Amino acid sequence: MKKLIQIENAGQTFQTQKGPFVALRDVNLNLAPGESISLIGHSGCGKSTLLNLIAGLTLPTQGVLLCNDREIAGPGPERAVVFQNHSLLPWLTCFDNIYLAVEKVFGRREKKPQLRERTLAALDLVGLSHAETKYPHEISGGMKQRVGIARALSMEPQILLMDEPFGALDALTRANLQDELMRILAATGATMVMVTHDVDEAVLLSDRIVMMTNGPAATIGEILEVPLARPRDRIALADDPQYNHCRQAVLSFLYEKQRKVEDLSQRRQRQAVQG
Amino acid sequence: MSSLSMKKTSVPESPPPAKAQAKPQNSMLHRLRTGQVRPWPDSMNAWIAPVLRHTLPPVLGLLILIGIWHLATFNGGSIPTPGQTWEAAVILFSEPFYIDGPNDQGIGWNVLASLERVALGFGIAALVGIPAGFMLGRFALLSQMLNPIISLLRPVSPLAWLPIGLLVFQRADPAAVWTIFICSIWPMIMNTAQGVTRVPQDYLNVARVLQLSEWKIFTKILFPAVLPYMLTGIRLSIGTAWLVIVAAEMLTGGVGIGFWVWDEWNNLKVEHIIIAIFVIGIVGLLLEQCLMLLARRFSYEQRS
Repeated sequence: MKKLIQIENAGQTFQTQKGPFVALRDVNLNLAPGESISLIGHSGCGKSTLLNLIAGLTLPTQGVLLCNDREIAGPGPERAVVFQNHSLLPWLTCFDNIYLAVEKVFGRREKKPQLRERTLAALDLVGLSHAETKYPHEISGGMKQRVGIARALSMEPQILLMDEPFGALDALTRANLQDELMRILAATGATMVMVTHDVDEAVLLSDRIVMMTNGPAATIGEILEVPLARPRDRIALADDPQYNHCRQAVLSFLYEKQRKVEDLSQRRQRQAVQG
Repeated sequence: MSSLSMKKTSVPESPPPAKAQAKPQNSMLHRLRTGQVRPWPDSMNAWIAPVLRHTLPPVLGLLILIGIWHLATFNGGSIPTPGQTWEAAVILFSEPFYIDGPNDQGIGWNVLASLERVALGFGIAALVGIPAGFMLGRFALLSQMLNPIISLLRPVSPLAWLPIGLLVFQRADPAAVWTIFICSIWPMIMNTAQGVTRVPQDYLNVARVLQLSEWKIFTKILFPAVLPYMLTGIRLSIGTAWLVIVAAEMLTGGVGIGFWVWDEWNNLKVEHIIIAIFVIGIVGLLLEQCLMLLARRFSYEQRS
């Protein structure tokens, strides 16, 4: 199997005022090109920490992460990130927000008309051609998140890293964006890693679901293969025994094997790390 | 009690006669004949009412102030009455730009001279203070080094710097500009530095993921994010500068609104001093409003 991302014995220890805090340990995971995986677990289990490691925003304190057989030493254009809170620059229009990324990645090789074309194509991909000249505060939360996705896709990344991209959206908008994301991933063949809290989202979108144990010192608990054929249809799947079996497996992991009994000292420690 | 409530309920029942008359008629001729045409169309009532609501209270406040002033002074005394001040103002402003030798010039020249000094001192302060603020915000070591010094110097009255300026420049005019420079630089440094440290981490993460160059980070992220803070600093600075120039000019002399006040005090033209107070206030207000306008132009809606 060709490997796009290799994670070998990766761990992350944060230095806090109360001494070292082990957020992640012994993480081993490989990603094949074109694969979609979800990281799921209770809050504080290091899902986002792991995503940041893949993105190169933080570096591991133990182990190593490879992308295309090269060590990840920082962020790179082949690994685009969609942030939880969209992180669009409020003083730029939707077009300019995407253009900033396009210009950075392709500016050396291509001329302005081509860069503009790429930007417009990215907007078109998420169905927002009409919002080209709008500013982020003029559009809805779902649209903002779509611009964030368009910005990430416009870089033509090999892998799309998403940190709870739909967490802040209402259920209907979320379902729409999930369908759209599946269509885009199928069309572009991109690899995706998504951090999520949502069991349905994980089963619907993933080829594999990586379930994390509770922190501190969180690691991968189980990996579930989702053998559902693509394209997937949420209505048909609602009655599918295989789909329900996958849901049941994730739910059982989260609420039986890794039941969250957070005592006060743990919570304080976690807050110390986050704060 | 009951009669009172009766009255209250009866009020809306009685038809408002003005409205009934103002009902639009189809024929313009008919309205003309019946004398229903007003100086302005009915649609104007819609915006005249809010304008009145906004302008009436300030005008009323001003009238009360002038009334108190009049009551306090009409028995005579050293303070002129509003009427006398008004007459003096009419004469004064009939020729604001005359020149009768270096120490006797129109009020327009004096205001312009003061504005020029403020602009110069303030401009140099912006050129030095804003980049310094960016550096202080970006490099923690620098801010640790300089913060104690800034904290020590900031509360010092700018006028205490005037002798240093006189000593170094040997002339009054640059010394006044120097004083303006010193008093307007602190708010700009502090606010810009604070703005830089408050740039949301999300935006900097975007910069890292996109691997933007330092120049792009500055122009596309840092500068726009800091701009509102910077403009606050500029607004505070210009307010202080305009406060200080009057005092500085009283000490340094020459042409300028501050010196003019002092000169008129020596001439015992108290009404001119009162006019100067109004002029200084109005110019300060205009400066502030201009910068507020600028700030509003560059502020962005920051919603998550």
